[in-house]
Amino acid sequence: MSRLSVSRRDVLRTAVCGTAGMMFGSRLAAAAVSPKRVMAKAKAVIQIWMWGGPSHLDTFDPKPEAGSDYCGPFENPISTNVDGTRIGEMLPLLAKQADKYSILRGMTHGVNGHETASYMVQTGRKSGGRDVYPCVGAVASLFKGYDAGYKGLIPPYIVLTSPQGRFSEAGFLGSRYRPFATGGNPKMTPFAVEGIVARGITEKRQRSRRQLLHSLDSLGHAMPGSREFEALDACEQKAYDLILGDAGKVFDLSTESDAARDRYGRTTFGQSCLMARRLVEEGVPYVTINYKGWDTHKKHFESMRRQLPELDQGMATLFEDLSERGLLDSTIVWWSGEFGRGPKIQKDPPWNGGRSHYGKAFSAVVAGGGFKGGHVVGATDEKGLAVVDREIYPWDVTSSLYELMGIPPDATLRHPQGRLIPVYPDLDPELKGGGRLREIMT
Amino acid sequence: MRTPQITAMRHGGLEVVIAVLFCVVSLGAASASAPVRPFERAGDAPPRHRGDELVMDSLAARGIAPAAICSDAVFLRRVYLDVIGTIPTPKEARAFLGSDLPGKRQTLISQLLARDEFADYWALKWGDLLRVKSEFPINLWPNAAQAYHRWVRTALAENMPYDQFAREILVASGSNFRVPQVNFYRSMQSKTPEAISKGVALGFMGVRPEKWPAARMAELAGFFSKVGFKATSEWKEEIVYFDPWKTNAVSFSVTIFPDGAPATLKRGQDPRAAFADWLIRPENPWFAPNAVNRVWFWLMGRGIVHQPDDFREDNPPRNPELLEWLSRELVNADYDLKHIYRLVLNSRTYQQSSIPASEHPDAVPLFAHYPTRRLDAEVLIDAICQITGTTETYTSATPEPFTFIPEDQRSIELMDGSISSPFLDMFGRPPRDTGLLSERSNLPTPAQRLHLLNSSHIRDKFEKSKKLRTMLQSAKKPREAITLLYMTILSRRPTEDEVDLVMAHQAKHRMDRRRTALDLAWALINTKEFLYRH
Repeated sequence: MSRLSVSRRDVLRTAVCGTAGMMFGSRLAAAAVSPKRVMAKAKAVIQIWMWGGPSHLDTFDPKPEAGSDYCGPFENPISTNVDGTRIGEMLPLLAKQADKYSILRGMTHGVNGHETASYMVQTGRKSGGRDVYPCVGAVASLFKGYDAGYKGLIPPYIVLTSPQGRFSEAGFLGSRYRPFATGGNPKMTPFAVEGIVARGITEKRQRSRRQLLHSLDSLGHAMPGSREFEALDACEQKAYDLILGDAGKVFDLSTESDAARDRYGRTTFGQSCLMARRLVEEGVPYVTINYKGWDTHKKHFESMRRQLPELDQGMATLFEDLSERGLLDSTIVWWSGEFGRGPKIQKDPPWNGGRSHYGKAFSAVVAGGGFKGGHVVGATDEKGLAVVDREIYPWDVTSSLYELMGIPPDATLRHPQGRLIPVYPDLDPELKGGGRLREIMT
Repeated sequence: MRTPQITAMRHGGLEVVIAVLFCVVSLGAASASAPVRPFERAGDAPPRHRGDELVMDSLAARGIAPAAICSDAVFLRRVYLDVIGTIPTPKEARAFLGSDLPGKRQTLISQLLARDEFADYWALKWGDLLRVKSEFPINLWPNAAQAYHRWVRTALAENMPYDQFAREILVASGSNFRVPQVNFYRSMQSKTPEAISKGVALGFMGVRPEKWPAARMAELAGFFSKVGFKATSEWKEEIVYFDPWKTNAVSFSVTIFPDGAPATLKRGQDPRAAFADWLIRPENPWFAPNAVNRVWFWLMGRGIVHQPDDFREDNPPRNPELLEWLSRELVNADYDLKHIYRLVLNSRTYQQSSIPASEHPDAVPLFAHYPTRRLDAEVLIDAICQITGTTETYTSATPEPFTFIPEDQRSIELMDGSISSPFLDMFGRPPRDTGLLSERSNLPTPAQRLHLLNSSHIRDKFEKSKKLRTMLQSAKKPREAITLLYMTILSRRPTEDEVDLVMAHQAKHRMDRRRTALDLAWALINTKEFLYRH
């Protein structure tokens, strides 16, 4: 049975004892344990979170026939290496990788507020019930993290570089399942991962200071046998294993060749993609790249000209690199924002050529880990205003992700008030959905 | 019936003697006879009141030796953290430690209970319980959350009697912006009568009615089946009111109170008022016990009923007489909660050392020592900011109305659970989704350890601290600098051994004074003594 039948109190107790409750295990080891009965196709997920909501018309659902009121300057979509599939003209590198990913053009939920839309897309739950559900990363950290036998020193759920902050990612599961946010900027050298990589403190000084700390720990000395303090000491040991040991070197991007780094683009996003690949290679089951800057109400097309090439280079290289290393078959890449952007350009002041929030129809991209590449699922009308074929709701996507991650169909989440709630949101018969992404799942 | 301590000891008879011998043998230096410096003081203290006697009786009956009395330095630190969520300044620490006045502990308790930070800190705790939060899933909206927080804080600052506090919340009607306490009805998991009654039972009875039989749960929900909600033309305003014609998905009747007493409503009476009047009667089996048990939990780290918000027949109080005595004290003091704080804080039980004198499994649930707990997230970052003279930046995720948080605002003053920081989240600040006391997590994690040991966030606070630099420049000798840092960070003087250790560290690594001071400050904020209430 799933590990979740363990009670909350048990979880707390183990946490106090400092064994299973640790965020980090003792050794860096690849891969999470597959739950019984179900084979996991995906060992890891890289979520590219497009904070603010990217325009579907300017990326993966171009509409040149709609005219310049809709597509602005981007009137010439480009063909891809998949026959019949066109994408936005600012994404030429991604066009060459289109056989590796599938485009979900039927995404819809109808909500235009950031908070609620973010919550819906990231948790796959409808809002309004007033329970806060965990997002996909927190569920992964529960089913593929330490509770499931993950032994890595690097936390199982990493956010590059800051949490998205609209709601509590772990929801009612509690802070143990929250992501570890790296802080710092992977484009800089060194990538100063908060807590793990310290500027200008030599290893010698780290060790001498630690010695001083131990010698001055008078209360600790007065209370040998304290279980509380033993738990803290165990955490300190894990922390120093990361500070002084080899595990933290996964964050040292300078060990990559210049060519490898250049290939991803020397941008925060590009280097985050490279970082994500390295983390997945080390066995980390869930990495979110929190990619800000897509809430483009004003100066929309200027922003697109600047940002889309970054996106194109980083994401295309990620597909290519994962594929070359044989990691794409076991790694899901999930690209999505909370919604799309208004197909009709807002030409009047104060927007002067911006795009609004748009939850009625938008695009997402999935690849790898059991998702087939080279397909387009769903379609919007000639102006990208509404889904006309194959609606895809957020819960259709999250349920598909959970299935490929090998989470058993009857797995449950334990609510702090004692209820057991099915992990799969689409098991709720009253929830209207378009169904899991069977057409592209192997 | 009064049972003096000495009688109880005699009752314990041989068991006590054996227990004491056992302690001496097994714990050696930690036994009651030799106080552990600098955390304990010599000599025992007599019971302060009936509550202490009841604790001592229950310990003696099981042969559990109580811990020694904590030192003045430990008491100072502890009572500041427990009462105002703030560490003492070096000046305050010097004044208290240097005083020979008799009853100085009692005087300090009274002073702290009267400070502004008392209301700040307890409004934070009550904000957790009452789910004061503007965003998902409570969705109070920023100005309603702020109005509600201000109402709660004012009630605490003015020491509103607790029965009045509960009644004002429960019978409130009006606008969420103008009658702040109506936000209680807006801060539930949903607005159904069942959900509201669960929130009421959790908050004011310490009960989780989902564990009750369905029929009993429905009887309770009946009292909240006529709570109406309506919007106005003002953006995000909502009126909460008594709606006698309200219909629900299922129909409820109001016939019986949770204790089985019959309920008869007058014509046109708001059933919430009938409920509130029943709730705050002195003989109500939940109201006062829940209130005193929660204060006991907050100050003593563990409820007499534990978990403190899970009163039920199969989870009885470990010391029922103690709970009964405290409840009676609250009722007799006209629901003055500060009276309960005073009783607990002045007790021998509260002033015990955190170093256990017994390894008996009942030592913890029967309060044989003061339990160590990691500082709350907000208290911890405030303490680091106070030491370094730095501030934290807080912003609201809701852009309109934009909530401006002044740079020098302390974290314990944050009015809205939606306003947070990576630090507060990492250190277990509750999301305020459910109102359960267990939402706040003070468990240590490796990520927290990494952050305090090695993050640029904390490191910059110390390396760039003008306050520390100025303070250290005033020290003429190294020893003086060491003492200043100890007083600022741990609120006590260093022992001779500790001074020697620091001097040896400096000599061994041939460090300058600034570097030594930074290393020492870094080490001290990472000690258990700093990180834990003890």
